[in-house]
Amino acid sequence: MSSTESAKTPSQAEQTKQVEQTKQVEQTKQTMKDFKSDQEVRWCPGCGDYAILAAVQGFLPELGLARENIVFVSGIGCSSRFPYYMNTYGMHSIHGRAPAIATGLATSRRDLSVWVITGDGDALSIGGNHLIHALRRNVNLKILLFNNRIYGLTKGQYSPTSEIGKITKSTPMGSLDAPFNPVSLALGAEASFVARTIDSDRKHLTSVLREAAAHPGTALVEIYQNCNIFNDGAFEILKDRATADEALIRLEHGQPIRFGTDHSKGILRDPGSGDLRIVDVTPDNEADILIHNAHAPSPATAFALSRLADPTTLHHTPIGVLRNVDRLVYDTAMAEQLDAAIEHNGEGDLTTLLTGTDTWTVVG
Amino acid sequence: MASQVSSPDDQAIPGGQRKPGKEIRRLDRVIIRFAGDSGDGMQLTGDRFTSETASFGNDLSTLPNFPAEIRAPAGTLPGVSSFQLHFADHDILTPGDRPDVLVAMNPAALKANIEDLPHGAEVIINTDEFTKRAMAKVGYDANPLQDGSLSAYSVHEVPLTSLTVEALKEFALTRKEAERSKNMFALGLLSWMYHRPTDGTETFLRKKFTKKPQLAEANITAFRAGWNFGETTEDFATVYEVAPAAAAFTPGTYRNISGNLALAYGLITASQQSGLPLFLGSYPITPASDVLHELSKHKNFGVRTFQAEDEIAGIGAALGAAFGGSLAVTTTSGPGIALKSETIGLAVSLELPLLVVDIQRGGPSTGLPTKTEQADLLQAMYGRNGEAPVPVIAPSTPGDCFAAALEAARIALTWRTPVFLLSDGYLANGSEPWRIPEPAELPNLRVDFATKPNKKLEDGSEVFWPYLRDPATLARPWALPGTPGLEHRVGGIEKQDGTGNISYDPANHDLMVRTRQAKIDGITVPNITVDDPTGEATTLVLGWGSTYGPITAAVRRVRGGGGQIAQAHLRHINPFPANLEKALKAYEQVIIPEMNLGQLATLIRARYLVDARSYTQVTGLPFKAEQLAHALREAIDVVD
Repeated sequence: MSSTESAKTPSQAEQTKQVEQTKQVEQTKQTMKDFKSDQEVRWCPGCGDYAILAAVQGFLPELGLARENIVFVSGIGCSSRFPYYMNTYGMHSIHGRAPAIATGLATSRRDLSVWVITGDGDALSIGGNHLIHALRRNVNLKILLFNNRIYGLTKGQYSPTSEIGKITKSTPMGSLDAPFNPVSLALGAEASFVARTIDSDRKHLTSVLREAAAHPGTALVEIYQNCNIFNDGAFEILKDRATADEALIRLEHGQPIRFGTDHSKGILRDPGSGDLRIVDVTPDNEADILIHNAHAPSPATAFALSRLADPTTLHHTPIGVLRNVDRLVYDTAMAEQLDAAIEHNGEGDLTTLLTGTDTWTVVG
Repeated sequence: MASQVSSPDDQAIPGGQRKPGKEIRRLDRVIIRFAGDSGDGMQLTGDRFTSETASFGNDLSTLPNFPAEIRAPAGTLPGVSSFQLHFADHDILTPGDRPDVLVAMNPAALKANIEDLPHGAEVIINTDEFTKRAMAKVGYDANPLQDGSLSAYSVHEVPLTSLTVEALKEFALTRKEAERSKNMFALGLLSWMYHRPTDGTETFLRKKFTKKPQLAEANITAFRAGWNFGETTEDFATVYEVAPAAAAFTPGTYRNISGNLALAYGLITASQQSGLPLFLGSYPITPASDVLHELSKHKNFGVRTFQAEDEIAGIGAALGAAFGGSLAVTTTSGPGIALKSETIGLAVSLELPLLVVDIQRGGPSTGLPTKTEQADLLQAMYGRNGEAPVPVIAPSTPGDCFAAALEAARIALTWRTPVFLLSDGYLANGSEPWRIPEPAELPNLRVDFATKPNKKLEDGSEVFWPYLRDPATLARPWALPGTPGLEHRVGGIEKQDGTGNISYDPANHDLMVRTRQAKIDGITVPNITVDDPTGEATTLVLGWGSTYGPITAAVRRVRGGGGQIAQAHLRHINPFPANLEKALKAYEQVIIPEMNLGQLATLIRARYLVDARSYTQVTGLPFKAEQLAHALREAIDVVD
């Protein structure tokens, strides 16, 4: 190592490393194949997870990140096997704790791109606390929440996103508890980036992932994912061409929120209550149709949009990026505190620390 | 402020020259207990007296004792907070059994503590607080100052509150504000009685009240008034001198240190010596929070402290940081360990270094948050699902928490394993003089990360196998994210030996379980030393952790009375030192004192088939030396 190199501060060294890695990636041109591990994928044939895996492996090369700088951390559940199939660094952890583990990794290694793979049971039931606090802190994490509205790995119990009255092995007379709407929950937890997409819509899924990857801070992407064994067709209304036009509300930043056959329906803000309602678009009201603003400082409208969906039938489900705002990023702020501490007090000196201010000397 | 023990008289004395007529008595040791209401500032008073005593060069040991409530109802027995200090001109091991001096700031403090005093002890009583109402509140039907119930003690009745208010009348303070300085008046009086240096306290007060200089001056005035009161009043005819304990200390530079502070410094030192950034994931819990507080102050050492949403996230974040190459730590107490258990199991399976610090307190459940106990040993050993061995080490004194942190880091980093460090409330809050180590004495904890593939396949390609072990230690390679070519996945599912791929193969699971156990069993730890000066003892007393002080003090008493007893103390409880079995079997009888119901004894009996006897106490307080000495004498008598 030359003397100039050894004189570099860690942050300079880190930057140089990143530049070198980017160069290396450009030279080798990573492809989808580079992100596939040598492990046999063991999800049930027909599972929606395959489509999400392919979409992620297909889009990662365009980020220009060397695969050694990417880490996937998951919890427990079918979707949480995901890291084993990615030829990156990865950790398949324990039930519900992936956001906490990823938080420690991301705050201590800001040079890494850290992704969390979780499911509706993992993220919203056993790990609900970690999810809301990760969102509140705004750590630089990308959380992909595979929502199939059922417990798959434990063979078919209802989940915290299952509709009321769900008949399952553990609820033979129907489930009693109201489901979470993950998008509403995330917005309430101060999330800076919240999106929803669908496993079978590769193009939409990829565009949402792209935007999430570019977001500094925690990004939550809810992915509706079909479990063809225990909850087959749960999102069929949103996928079947015959029903999707009426059921699905595609949000695009800066565009009027319209849906339905020939975009005949739209969203209007009720001037009295401020709430949102669905209307037939007419020449009279066309100009008043709500323009989607993912960057709105207040989450109020995004929350109102998330509430349009019927929790049982999924009618009027918005997909796309509901919220994407810049906010203080936890790990950046922590790094700044460390820098500020060195600036104010100088680099820590062990002897000074251990000696303190009150000492006495015993002479031999 | 540095001072030389050889010249204590250099210290400033506020009252100037000592008044003639006071008798000077030299003592070899004194035990003082300050007791008052939770809001009376007794912990601060004790801390200051300790600091004065440390800088004077005495050996010392402290025992803070306070309720879990921040402010229990004023004047009640549950609200009493106390601070005991034992200092001497020779080396001492415990905060002392029975105070020679009690400062009682109110009737509750008197009632809660008087029974601990030996006859003849001095009691300084704040008479201002002995109103009918205050006495009735704690069940005194008659005034104990008048009914003769204190006749066995040497009582000094001092109107501490009104004297303080009188001393501060020049200050523009309300009566209530002025009364708050009564603890400094008491400190001044005791500092006079025991000839303590006072510069440190005055500097401390000025610094504490930088933003309120008037309060600084008021407190200093009260402090000096207390000193002068002792000097002037006829009631205090004697001053005491306890010479510095020069012979007790090996040469070096010393400071006073509490267990939690020593632990925090040990962790920072381990980070520096390993070259790994320190990451602490923690959730506030008594009595561990001070480690979080302390580490959060030292960000200029590259220390990251993360106050998590719960105990589980605290250790989760630490484990994530360990995966990324940090020296990762989580700190908590028993209830927190219960919540962290699953993640500790994951760390066992991932084979990543992680320090799990348990500052034990009274249990089960919430138990006694501010009191001490050693009852998490079996939880640390076995409190996980599956076969999940974790090394366990325990510091023996407050200052030893520093070395224990370095030792825990050595084991974690070398063997790639979570390590339990079992401190407790007594070590955490207690303090003692500590020799500041020279840089050359600190261990080298440098780590070699994996940098290149470690396995050549049959087709000639080179790959990285995350579970291909070092044949000497059985540790697996630590490959950090960001290292090209070593991309790999780890997880809590059983993995194939070598490759680390998921494996449900029965023989492989059997191999992996046995290998993980063998790795921990094979950790090299120092042999245990048996102290048996005559070589004629038939009984061995074996301890672990914070009972070191009381056991050693008790052993000295037994030997002082002509008894023969051998002593050994365990730092490493998993794995045990290699020579432990031989050491145990060299004696006819092994007795194990513990602040639990016999957890180490259970381990020893199971492991070595030694018929060890338990001597246990779970009062939330450390053993008293005399009580323990009595138990040891009885045990010896049975054998002999």
